Amino acid sequence: MQLGLQGIGKSFGAEPVLTDVDLDVADGRTVALLGPSGSGKSTLLRIVAGLVAPDRGTVCLADRDVTTVPAHRRGVGVVFQDQALFPHLDVTGNVAFGLRMAGVDRAERARRVEQALELVGLPGYGRRDPSTLSGGEAQRVAIARALAPRPGVVLLDEPLAALDQLLRERLLLELRTLFDDLDVTVVAVTHDPTEAGALGDRIAVLLDGRIAQEDDAGTVLARPVSASVAGLVGQRNVATGLLRAGRVECPWGSLPVRAPGVPDGRVAVLVTPAAVRVDPDGPLEGVVTGRIFRGGSAFAVVAGDGWPPLDMAAPSHWRVGDAVRLRIDATQVHLMASGS
Amino acid sequence: MVVLAAPVVFLSVFFLVPAGTLVLTGLRPAGAWDTGAVLDVLTADATRRVAWFTVWQAAVSTAVTVVVALPAAWLLGRIRIPGRSVFAAVLIVPFVLPTVVVGTAFLALLGDGGPVQQVAALAGVELDLRQTVTAVVAAHVFFNYAVVARTVGAAWQAVDPASEDAARTLGASRLRTFWTVTLPQLRPSLAGAASVVFLFTFTSFGVVKILGGPRIATIEVEIHRLTTELLDLQAASVLSLLQLAAVVSALALYRRAGVRRGTSRARPGRSTLHRPVGAERALVAVTVLSALLLLVVPIGTLVWRSFATADGLGLGFYRALSTVRRGSVAFVPPIEAVTNSMVFGVAAATTALLVGGAAAVGLHRLGGRARGLADSSLMLPLGTSAVTIGFGFLIALDSPPLDLRTSPVLIPAAQAVIAIPFVVRTLLPALDALPERLRDAAATLGASPRRVWLEVDAKLLRRPALVAFGFAYAISLGEFGATVFIARADAPTVPVAIFRALSQPGALSVGQAMALSTILLVLTTAVMLVVDRVGDQRVGGF
Repeated sequence: MQLGLQGIGKSFGAEPVLTDVDLDVADGRTVALLGPSGSGKSTLLRIVAGLVAPDRGTVCLADRDVTTVPAHRRGVGVVFQDQALFPHLDVTGNVAFGLRMAGVDRAERARRVEQALELVGLPGYGRRDPSTLSGGEAQRVAIARALAPRPGVVLLDEPLAALDQLLRERLLLELRTLFDDLDVTVVAVTHDPTEAGALGDRIAVLLDGRIAQEDDAGTVLARPVSASVAGLVGQRNVATGLLRAGRVECPWGSLPVRAPGVPDGRVAVLVTPAAVRVDPDGPLEGVVTGRIFRGGSAFAVVAGDGWPPLDMAAPSHWRVGDAVRLRIDATQVHLMASGS
Repeated sequence: MVVLAAPVVFLSVFFLVPAGTLVLTGLRPAGAWDTGAVLDVLTADATRRVAWFTVWQAAVSTAVTVVVALPAAWLLGRIRIPGRSVFAAVLIVPFVLPTVVVGTAFLALLGDGGPVQQVAALAGVELDLRQTVTAVVAAHVFFNYAVVARTVGAAWQAVDPASEDAARTLGASRLRTFWTVTLPQLRPSLAGAASVVFLFTFTSFGVVKILGGPRIATIEVEIHRLTTELLDLQAASVLSLLQLAAVVSALALYRRAGVRRGTSRARPGRSTLHRPVGAERALVAVTVLSALLLLVVPIGTLVWRSFATADGLGLGFYRALSTVRRGSVAFVPPIEAVTNSMVFGVAAATTALLVGGAAAVGLHRLGGRARGLADSSLMLPLGTSAVTIGFGFLIALDSPPLDLRTSPVLIPAAQAVIAIPFVVRTLLPALDALPERLRDAAATLGASPRRVWLEVDAKLLRRPALVAFGFAYAISLGEFGATVFIARADAPTVPVAIFRALSQPGALSVGQAMALSTILLVLTTAVMLVVDRVGDQRVGGF
C-alpha cells in the first residue's frame, strides 16, 4: 500500500516539532526514517498511525486521504519501541488481538496466529506469558502481533533499540527478508545509521523537524547532503573549505575536485575513510592516536598539526603512537552545502 | 470532568456538610461567632490533659513499635528462611483486624481469668493491667507492628547490599556500616512508618475506649464521651477541630518527609536476601519467636476464651448470641449484628468502589496542579478521624432537607466516606501504571476507544478493583468510631454490639463480646486472605 505525506506540520505548544514534511513510500518498499532523538521522527510515526493529529498537511494511504481517520480504522500496524505487549494476555492473545477486533472467526484466528508466530520464528510460543519472554522473543511477538491483521503499512519505532548488538544484527537481517517476502510497505524509525541502511531501501533523514535528505540508502550514507547529515550517518572527516576554480582549500590541503553544479565559495568537505591513503611521501604528517577493529578490519584515527583528525582504514600492524604520512585521494572527496 | 461529579456530590453531602456543620457548631454555638467559648474549651484543664495524654501515648506507642518491630524489618529485608512469605503474611493480620477486636483480645489477655493474671498469680503477684496505659500501648504495638516491619522491611530489601559491601571493603565494621550506610538509607521509610503509626495511635478510639476505661481518654474518646454522656456538643466540636488541625499538620509533615527519598536501589532481579549465618541465626530465632508470641498470644487467647464457658469449653457464648436477655440494653439478638455488618459492608464497599473509582479515573485524567489539589481534598476524609465523621453525621444529617437519622443509608455512607481514600489510593496507582502505549497498541490493532477501555483498561483494573472492594469491605466490617454514633439501637453492627456487650456487667456479656470478636476476626481475616490472593499488589498505601 502506497503511503504519502504532504506538508505535515506539528507543534507542541510553541515548539514546532515537524515542519512541512513530505514523504512518499511506494507500495511494498521500506523506508528508514533516520534522525537523532528529538528530531520529531516518533511524532511523525504517530501521525502516520493516527495516534496524533497533525496541525497541517495530509496523510494518504493508497491515494485515500486518511488524515482524520482514527487509529483504529486506519489499518496501519505498529511495532512499538518497548513492544507494549498486553500483560494480561498470553502470546496467542496478543497476536490474535487485532484479528479479534476485526471480527475474524475463532478457527481462522487460530490459523493466522500460528502462521504469524511461524513467520517470526516462534512456533509453539502461544501459551507463554509475555513476562517470561526474552527481549528478542518479545520483539518478535510484537512484530507478529502487528503483522497478523495483514496491514498494508507497518511502522516500526526503534524496533531493535532494546536488544544487544549481536541479536540486533541477526534480527535486522531477518526483518529485512521478512518484509521483502511479505511485500508490505514499511516505515522504520531509528537513530542508528547501520540499522537504517540494513532495513531501508531508502533513507529519509529527519533533522529539526524537516526532511534533510531522502534518497537510496547507499547514497545517503556515502554522499550526505550536509555536514549535519554526514555527522548523523557517522561520517566524521568533515571540515569547512573554500571552492574556487576546481580546487578546494581545506585544512587537509588544497585538493583538486570535480564537483559539477557546486558554485564556488564556502563548502563543507567530506573525506570518506577510504579516501585517506598511506603514502611515505604524503603531505600530511601525523600520529596514530586511536585504533579500533570493526569486524576483522582495522581503522585508525590520525592526528596532525593544523588539521582535524582523520578516520581511515589502517594497516593492522599500526600501533598507537606510530608516526605516519598520509595523502588524500581527491577523487573520493565529497563536497556538500556548508551552513547546516 | 463529568466523572468527578459523582465523588464531588457524594463527598459534599456526606463529608463537607457534616464537617462544616461540626465547625459551625464549635465556633458558633448560639448562632453567633463565639471565640471566647472556643478558647474556654481549648484552655480548660480537662482539654489540656486529654491533648497531652493523646500526644504522649502516641509518641510512646510509636517509639516502642519501631524498636520492637525493627528486627522483623531486618529479617524481611535481608534474610532468607523457609516460610518467610508465610511469616510476612501472618505479620499483617493484626493490622487489618478491627480495633474493637484488638481491644477485646487484649482484654481477654489481661482481664480476669486471662493468662497474664494467671501467670502473675503463679509468681505470687497481683497484676491487673486493665485500664492502664500499658495495656493501651501494648495493644497499639500489636496493631502497628506490621506497619513498621513491612514498610521498613521493603525499604531494607531495596538497599543494595553492594553499598554495604563497599563500606566493609573501605574499612567500616559491621556496626559502623549499619550506622553510616544502611540506617541513612532506611531513614525515609522509618520516618514514613513512624508517622503512620503516630497518626493511627494519635486518633486511636476503639482500643482506648475498650482498654482505657473511664480514666484514660484520647481526644477521640473524649469527643465521644462529651457527646454521648455529657451532651456538650460545643466542646466536642472544638475538640474535633483541634484533632482535625493536628492530623492535617501531621499529614502535611508526612508528605514533606516523603518527598525526599534517597536509596541505592538494588538491581532488579538480584536477590538481596541471604541465609542466616553465625550469630544471625540466634537473632532470627528470637525475632520469629517474639513476633509470633506478640501476635499469636492475644488472638489465641481471644479465641480460646470465646469458647471457655463456666461449664468448660463449649459453644455457650455463641448460642447466647441468638437470644435477647432480660435486662439487656440490646433490643435484638446480638447475632443479628453479623447480618447487619455483612449487608452494610456490601453497601459501603460498593458505594466506595463506585465513588472512589470515579474519583480515581477523574484524578488520573486531570493533570498538573489541579490533580494535586483534587488529590489532597479527596484525601481529607483520611485526615479526619472516624469519630469526627460520625459526630458530624449525627449533628448535620438530622434535620430537613437531609433528615437521614433513621435512614438505612447512613451507616454505609459514613463507612464509604472512610473507605474512599483507600479505594482511590489502590486504584489510582494502578490507573497511572497502565502504559499509554498499551492503549496506542490496541488502537492501532483496530480497537475503538470504547473497545480499548473494555479490552485493556477494564481487564487490567479488574484485580485492583477487587482488591479495593475487599479492602473497603474489611474497613466497613471493622468500622467503629463513626458507626457507634449513628448505629440505631435495633440495628447494631458487630463492633457496636461488641462494645455494648462489654459495657454490660457479667461474665456472659464478656463471653458474648469475645464470641462476636472471634466471628469478626474470622470474617475480616477471610476477606483479607481473598484480597491477598487476588492482588499481589500492596493496598491502601498513603
